[in-house]
Parts: sequence; structure tokens; C-alpha cells
Amino acid sequence: MKRDEMLNALFPAGWEPAALEQDYFEGRAAVGASTVTVIGTGARAEVGADLALRMAAAVLETVRKRPGEPILFLLDTQGQRLRRRDELLGLNGYMAHLAKCVEIARGGGHVILSVVYGEAVSGGYLTTGMMADACYAFGDAEIKVMNLPAMARITKIPLERLESLAERSPVFSPGVANYHRMGHLSEVWTEDHAGHLAAALDELRSMDAASRGIDRRLEAGAARGGRKLAAAVVERMRSDG
Amino acid sequence: MERLQYELDSRVATAVRKPVLVGVTASGNCEVLVEAGGLPARCAVDVHTSALGFGEIWQAVLRDFGERHAAGGLKVEIHDVGATPAVVSLRLDQALEAWEEGDA
Amino acid sequence: MRKSFFEASARERLLGLVDAGSFREFIPPEARVSSPHMAMLDQPVAFDDGLIAGAATLDGRAVLIAAQEGAFLGGAIGEVHGAKLVGLIERARVERPAAVLFLFDSGGVRLHEANAGLIAVSEIIRAVLAARAGGLRFIGLIGGAGGCFGGAGLIARCCDALVMSEEGRLAMSGPEVIETVRGVEEFDSRDRALVWRVTGGKHRYLLGEADALVVDDVAAFRAAAVGLLDTPVGLSLESVEREHALLAERWHRFGASDDAPEIWRALGVPADEDVAMMGAEEFVAMAARCTGRSA
Repeated sequence: MKRDEMLNALFPAGWEPAALEQDYFEGRAAVGASTVTVIGTGARAEVGADLALRMAAAVLETVRKRPGEPILFLLDTQGQRLRRRDELLGLNGYMAHLAKCVEIARGGGHVILSVVYGEAVSGGYLTTGMMADACYAFGDAEIKVMNLPAMARITKIPLERLESLAERSPVFSPGVANYHRMGHLSEVWTEDHAGHLAAALDELRSMDAASRGIDRRLEAGAARGGRKLAAAVVERMRSDG
Repeated sequence: MERLQYELDSRVATAVRKPVLVGVTASGNCEVLVEAGGLPARCAVDVHTSALGFGEIWQAVLRDFGERHAAGGLKVEIHDVGATPAVVSLRLDQALEAWEEGDA
Repeated sequence: MRKSFFEASARERLLGLVDAGSFREFIPPEARVSSPHMAMLDQPVAFDDGLIAGAATLDGRAVLIAAQEGAFLGGAIGEVHGAKLVGLIERARVERPAAVLFLFDSGGVRLHEANAGLIAVSEIIRAVLAARAGGLRFIGLIGGAGGCFGGAGLIARCCDALVMSEEGRLAMSGPEVIETVRGVEEFDSRDRALVWRVTGGKHRYLLGEADALVVDDVAAFRAAAVGLLDTPVGLSLESVEREHALLAERWHRFGASDDAPEIWRALGVPADEDVAMMGAEEFVAMAARCTGRSA
């Protein structure tokens, strides 16, 4: 889904943008009976140091000025910006900083949700949406590590093999249903997006902060059968030796 | 991948040790895990290799290994990514030396 | 007798770093907990999935430690490798060691495990930050051939402190990837000097991203790690706001730069200092003298 259609779907009564640019938007919106901070990327945004910094600033502003206000990430990104200049300045550090800001917000009692509405790729998603208390996606969205031709080049596995695997293997397929099955996504929304968002927020708000902050994706992946080994390995690491 | 399994004649290993790992699963290299609990008098070897069709060479390298070392009663498992016979022999030697020097 | 950290295997680095005889491995190789995804790709596995983890002491103090084997699939993080790291961090939250040490040597998400790897990296990031918020200390060490890229580079910059050698590289995308997508003018990945200026330990040290810069020697890494066992811990709004100000200033000052020397000069390094040729100790002393950066 494109950004404006998505914004109408989630906020049918409108929202208050503080910034609305092609690749970045932020503001506040009503979700159910609450007001949330909205931080979003659009048009398959490239996340460079400056965009990471902007998103971090938006998180910190909410922490400083609006205690307890939930933060909602809305994402459509092609991943990290691929530029020498961003690497020179330490792009990974800017992105890690954004993750730290989200963790501070979480620790300060802010509910954090994320919704992928377009595409979410690797570095553009790892320290934003994937840091949420709970992650969601629209039914037609995609989440992926890298495009298949690039993966074929780097792994030396023939592209045809990867394409065939992407159709049937949960590990390679970018469909969001996989990410649900593997435990990462809490839900996939195909209609009544605003209703689902309000229900998700209510559910998260009803939990106490400590419980909400526990990353349950490993358990979910095991329970749903998409990631069978990881949870068992974690359990064994905790008790081995 | 190809899986090759062998049972080698070898003098019986007398030491009882914790498992030993040498090498790395990397191009041109192999990792070798040696443990107790194989067949009582022979050495059981399980090779997983990405280099296809070298069964006879593995046979020769492993027979030589069985003759040089006391590996009877041990299990050896190998993950190979196209290591040369010289590198494989080296890893096997390193593994058995570590076994003999190691802790129970 | 120097032992090259760069040349050593992950096991050798780990054993050389900790107190002799103190290492106890969790899920050892004989447990054969390997990747369940390699068979489908007709690829070999490693007994320990390329991640060695366990408990040890460092200078007599309890630590939990993990080392990535960069030679196995580029040290990249798959389902098992990732779960071993998450499990180690969860164990740390219970056992409260003096530090959790990560010996990074990784390209990031293991492409052979794609989705599972991406989710695993995000779980590690969340686990590190939650543990840090609870007062646990994370020290990263970077000095292997694979460098520390992608998701591994994100995890590294979530640590409390980093030790790098000159040979170590830390960045988001590898120069080859940037060159493939954006062309050789954007980043000539075969220009080794450029790669080290942009992503290497000395540059990261001057920028303040690495806390220690050491020679390529296991003993030097050990000494630096010991020296960091009492760095301040915790993740507070104040510390994050300080980092924010620093990163914003860096962007404003240097956002128009595309190579390191102009940044180094602006930081106080004289133009005629041959940064590339200096040994680690000489370099650290120069940085202290010229940039006011404490050694």
C-alpha cells in the first residue's frame, strides 16, 4: 500500500503531521481513545545517518515532552543508504543510537508498535520497527534481508535455486505470513486496519510495562512452528554447563 | 554434499578424553571432531564433504591415519570444504595429538 | 611472542583472551547443534554453527564470552548462532558477570538463512539493550578478517565499549556491496587504503566509536578488555541524549566529507601525520596529544 492510502486506512479521522516529506513523516494521531506519536518512512526510503538521527530525535522528543504516549513506527524502506559518506560517519552507530532511543522509550513506559505497510529491508527495519514491543504488517507488505539477485551474487547460490526456495521455504520467502509464522510479527492485517491498530494498542496498554518489554518472538516462532530450533537453543544456553 | 563412512583398522586408543575439535568448516579447510564411544576396536570415520567423487583419496588418507595413530575405539566426524589431502592429514594429526594430550 | 588476533581462529582468540583453563563451553561442538537450514542448500555445517560461547574468567573476574568464527560462512548470523547469543545474554542477566564479551568477526545476517537470520539479529539487539538497561556491561572486540558489518555492526555499536585493532573494520554495508550497487566512484572496494580509512580501527577510534585501539595481538586485546571491565554501565536518557548531541554535531560538521583525512584534520590530527603507517601505540599517543582524546 502507498503512504497516503495507508494513512487514510489507519487514521480515517485524519492526523496531525508535523512533517510530511516524501521519504519521512512524523506527527501525532488518534488511535482508539489514545493519542500516539507517529514516526514513518515512505517511498521506499533509504535510511542514512540523517534519517536515523531524525527518527531518534522524534523518539527523544516524545520521551521528553509526552510521558506515556505510545510511539507508532510506520515503515516502507529499501534499507540502509549505500553511500561512502554515511559509512565514513558511522551509519551503524546512528542506527544503533536509534535502537537505544527506542529502548529508553520502552523503559520510560511508552508502548512501541510498528507496522510495515510497504517494504521493510534489513538495516532500514532492524533498529526501527524490529525494536517495537509488538510488530505488525499489512497483508500485502514484504519484509526481506536483500533482493534475490544480490543474495545469489554473494552466496554463489544460483538465482534460480533461491527463487525456487523463496516460493516455498519460510526462511527465504519475503511474504509477511512467514514473518508471522517465524514469530516476528504479532499479526498481519488485511482489512479494518484502524480497528486492528486500536485493538493492538489496547492489548499492549493492558500489559504491565515489565511484561510488555519481554521479547516473546522466540516463543512465538516455536509455538507457530516457523522457527523450531531457536527457542530450544536459548533454553539450553541458559542451563548448560 | 557427499557423505562417506569408513571403519579403519587401528591400534586401540587407551586414553579416555573429552571430545576434541580442530579446524574450521571453511573453503580449503575442514573441521574434525574426535570422541570416544565408537566401535570397540576400530576407528569409525564419518565424512561430510562438499568435494564430490574423492572417495578413493579419502580411503587412502584415512587408512594412513589409522596406521599412524592409535585411533581404535574412537569416532571421528569431519566437515570438509575441499581441503587437500595434506590439510586433511594435518587436521587428523592435530586432533589425535590434542586427544592424547588432553583432559579426561 | 605476539599471537596475531587476525590470523587466529575464533576458538584460539577466545582461549587466548581469557584466563588459562577457565573457559567452560555451553552447547559444545559434540552436541552437534548445527544449522537446520544448510542441508536444503547443499551446504556444509559447523558443529558449533560458527559461534563459540561459554563462561570464563578474565583477570580473575567472571565473564560470559562469545566468539564468531569468521571463516565459517563469513561469521554470519543464522538461527542457531543467533539463539546462542540471545541465550548467553539471558544467562548473563541471571548470573551478572563483570562483562559479556563479544569477539565479532561477521558480515551480519547469514543470507543462507535470510529471514531467520534477520529476526535473530533483532533479538540480539533487543537482548543487549534490555540487559544494558539493567546494568550489564558489554564489551565488543573487533580485529578479524571478516570485520564487523551489517547486523553485527549494529550489535557492536549497542555495546558499552569496543576494542579494535587497526586491521579491524566496522561499518554497516561492506564496500563491495556499495560498489556493486552505486559504482566504483562511490566506493572503490579494491582500494584497501580507502577501505581502512573509512571503516578501519584507527578512523573509528578517532571518531570515538572505538574505546581502545590495539596492536594485532591476542594479549593486547586481553589487556584492553581487562581495562574496560570497570567502564560505566547503564542506558539512561541522559547518556542517550549525550550521544544524540554528539552524532548530530558529527553530521553537521562532517556531513559533506567523503574521506577520512579531512575529518582527522578537523579533529586536530596534523596533516603531515602518517596515520596509516603508525603503529597502534604511537597512534594512540598521537591521538591523545592532538585531539585531546584520552588514551
